[in-house]
Amino acid sequence: MSPAYEPVIGLEVHCQLQTASKMFSACPVGIGAPPNTLVDPYTLGLPGTLPVPNAQAVRHGIALALACGCELHPQSRFARKHYFYPDLPKGYQITQSDHPYATGGSLEVPGFTDAHGQPKRVPLTRIHFEEDAGKNTHVLGEDHSLVDYNRAGAPLLEIVSEPALGSPDEAAAYLRELRTLVRTLGISQANMEEGTLRCDANVSLRPRGQATLGTRCEIKNLNSFRFLAQAIAAEIRRQLDLLERGEAVVMATLSYDPERDRTRIMRTKEAAADYRYLPEPDLPPLSIPAAWVEEIRSSLPPLPAARRARYAQQGIAADDAVLLAAEPELGDYLDRMLDAGAPGPKAANWVTGELLAKLRSDGRDPSASPVSPEALAELVGMVERDEVSGRSAKAIFATLYTEADPSQSPRAIAERDGHRQLSDDAAIEAVVREVLEGSPGQVQQYRAGKTKLRGYFVGQVMKRTQGRANPRVLNELLDRLLDPDAPEG
Amino acid sequence: MAQRGDPQDDAGARWPTARAIAAGVRDGSRRATEVLQAFEARADATEPAIHAYLLRARDQARAAAEAIDAAREAGRPLGPLAGVPIGLKDIFVTEGIETRCGSRILEGWVPPYAGTHARRLAEAGAVITGKLAMDEFAMGSSSQSTPYPAVRNPWSPEHVPGGSSGGSAAAVAAGSCAAALGSDTGGSIRQPASLCGVVGLKPSYGRVSRHGMIAFASSLDQAGPLTRDVRDAAVLLQVLAGPDPHDATCLDAPVPDYLAACERGAQGLRVGVHRAALDHEALEPEVREAFERSLAVLADAGATLVDVELPHAEHAVATYYVLCTAEAASNLARYDGIRYGHREARPSLRQTYEATRERGFGAEVKRRVLLGTFVLRKESYAAYYGQAQKVRSLIVRDYAQAFARCDLLASPTAPGPAFRRGERDEDPLAMYLSDVFTVGANLAGLAAISIPAGLSHATAERPALPIGVQLSAPVLGEPTLLAAAAAHEDRSEHHRRRPPTAEAIA
Repeated sequence: MSPAYEPVIGLEVHCQLQTASKMFSACPVGIGAPPNTLVDPYTLGLPGTLPVPNAQAVRHGIALALACGCELHPQSRFARKHYFYPDLPKGYQITQSDHPYATGGSLEVPGFTDAHGQPKRVPLTRIHFEEDAGKNTHVLGEDHSLVDYNRAGAPLLEIVSEPALGSPDEAAAYLRELRTLVRTLGISQANMEEGTLRCDANVSLRPRGQATLGTRCEIKNLNSFRFLAQAIAAEIRRQLDLLERGEAVVMATLSYDPERDRTRIMRTKEAAADYRYLPEPDLPPLSIPAAWVEEIRSSLPPLPAARRARYAQQGIAADDAVLLAAEPELGDYLDRMLDAGAPGPKAANWVTGELLAKLRSDGRDPSASPVSPEALAELVGMVERDEVSGRSAKAIFATLYTEADPSQSPRAIAERDGHRQLSDDAAIEAVVREVLEGSPGQVQQYRAGKTKLRGYFVGQVMKRTQGRANPRVLNELLDRLLDPDAPEG
Repeated sequence: MAQRGDPQDDAGARWPTARAIAAGVRDGSRRATEVLQAFEARADATEPAIHAYLLRARDQARAAAEAIDAAREAGRPLGPLAGVPIGLKDIFVTEGIETRCGSRILEGWVPPYAGTHARRLAEAGAVITGKLAMDEFAMGSSSQSTPYPAVRNPWSPEHVPGGSSGGSAAAVAAGSCAAALGSDTGGSIRQPASLCGVVGLKPSYGRVSRHGMIAFASSLDQAGPLTRDVRDAAVLLQVLAGPDPHDATCLDAPVPDYLAACERGAQGLRVGVHRAALDHEALEPEVREAFERSLAVLADAGATLVDVELPHAEHAVATYYVLCTAEAASNLARYDGIRYGHREARPSLRQTYEATRERGFGAEVKRRVLLGTFVLRKESYAAYYGQAQKVRSLIVRDYAQAFARCDLLASPTAPGPAFRRGERDEDPLAMYLSDVFTVGANLAGLAAISIPAGLSHATAERPALPIGVQLSAPVLGEPTLLAAAAAHEDRSEHHRRRPPTAEAIA
């Protein structure tokens, strides 16, 4: 980035809500169904049909607004946004324009700090409800397009941030955090590949230190985290190039071409559409009952930012905390381990390391783990108390995971499979003395300076103890007994 | 005077009310199939001259009538409209029966779902006779704005039946159905009822669902009955009214007994009159005289007349046309030839849109879509739509203040009797003035009814033509409205007059 200019980025995110039916009709909603099978008279915009708001979608919206600390408006309004396109069955989209249901609030961006070194919080402009459009597919080489209305009318939240993000990476982190949050709330699958999370980015540049914003351009349809960051970086380069040549940035809507890693202007402001907004006469103002708000507030799950703060207090590494907050089920798993008395940092290591690797390779959710959090907590405790070695613990974990027998505790496996570590100094010392006495030549050579032979002694002791000797104790004993000054035998 | 509501009171089978038909079908003295045959025969005789029907659903009607008779024979309970032949304005969605909203752009569209109105009527035992003609998309006051044969007034085929529910009013007047359903956005039930000499009731906004009524201007549209008398209107409203899970703007209020309300009388009701409106230049003296006679009838029934002011009434028509065109432009955006109805296929999407809408819509619809699109432009929104919304709230306030002093408002329904066909085709503004007394009720969501108030004097220029009087009540004031209307009706013979064409046939 140029030292003379700084980028200012704002995101408009569309998030499809997880509901049984569409935003304004009882039509079922889903992903991956054959084209035009999830439709009803309203979805197709048939004459005489009317919208009726989906209470579940409204409840989901309330949950997100509460989680972001937005101001919830007891009365909000719907509006019609008009444009002609085959994917828009009524010729307008029902959205919220001048009177969104939520304004203000903020979202913490993990891994980024503000000027005061505090975790960065990005202020939100607004959140509002709207219905999705269908999907047009242009058939290459054919004289027609295909339209699928399965998605038409699907319930969406649009979450608009203030222009307050400072870099492409920060923008990607913000979007990841939003995804984490809606998944934690259970209100959306928020899958960019499936289009249940979509993003447009507003980018402007200004001379570093200047308060007023530069001219912004909007990049549309960024459908992966990687493209989001790349597209913003490309747009920053494009604008910087213009500014450094002394040219003006013109307000425009752009798309990102990942092949060439460049943004491309689709239309400029002069050609901008007039959506001819109309207050939606088919819907009364949306009233949000106070009772709903209190009920939803009291049943909110632990939120990612709070989780990260709690983990940080327990000494858990920041990377682990971000991962655990981003995968709430994994975090819940850890929390049960902590409740069972496991030490935070070690427990977190196990969860984000050994456990997660196994689960991922099996494609399992943490809730379906064959090893219960309580069992894993017990195993971590055993390592802490030197009852088993770290290596044995991994073996015990693998056994627990494979056998998937909830009646077997880690302790029972350790006993059965002989993993219990020898930490009894006297017992280990007896074995060490046995080995040294059986290898007088090697002892002599060692004492003469051939210290490489230490490995030989360790190996012999481990062999005789089936690897169960506590390495710390063994090393101390070897130090003492091989000391040339030590009294013989 | 014989008691109202008694089926014997109607002149035998020739002009039975919906109540008399249903009572006869329920007690076995009439068969639904025979009733239907009688009405079909009358429609066969009147239709060539009147064109009230856009489509006659003979097969479905016969099947429905047979089902009613079978139910009666099987001893199953029958609904309040058992065997009553009812025509639906083509604006109502009828499952399996082509629905065009009077427009070429919907030609061939056979709805795959049942609208609330057709469903509730059928559940009450009504026999749907067909789809009644209208101004295209309900935009008009003459039923001449249509690509299909224009409706004629049964009182004089050279005169319009009014609109946009002209087919509904003409069919009821001509006796080609026992009752009809219309829609009213700015007067489209009441004005044709007035011009055809029948009763037309526009319920309060939200009293009857809009689900299955093709939208013209959503914040103003309301469905309602056109009938031979006030009590029939009450019976139909009883069937239609009430909350609907498919319409979020439908009122959740309990539905009172409307037929019982018709027997309450007008004793002690305060009827307000906005005298300044009677000086409107378009108001014909004969209409004013008929109106004054109606006031005397109401006074005779025990009502007290009070003068009220509606300070913003003069802005109602302008306000109405800004709001209704804006909503219409939006509501009609879906007719693009892509998913249903008429398509003019062209090489590009844009050309297909343009050709479909250019050829699919008639001149009046295009005029309103253009006006509506203009007022919703970002540059003009505040000066037109925003301003109109403000005036609308002032008009709502005017009515609230007036209703603090009276129970009902009375006015003429239309400034004059039916006008000659073609007379106002080139002058949309004159046509728009037909709505001067009716749009206020739509802007404020009031309940309003037009009832027959006499005939004009026959002259060399025109034969005797019906004149209507309008009563309006606050939101959900239907019981009071019906009580006063029935009291008026009980003291007059106007609703018994039949158009000469229909008399000749019957």
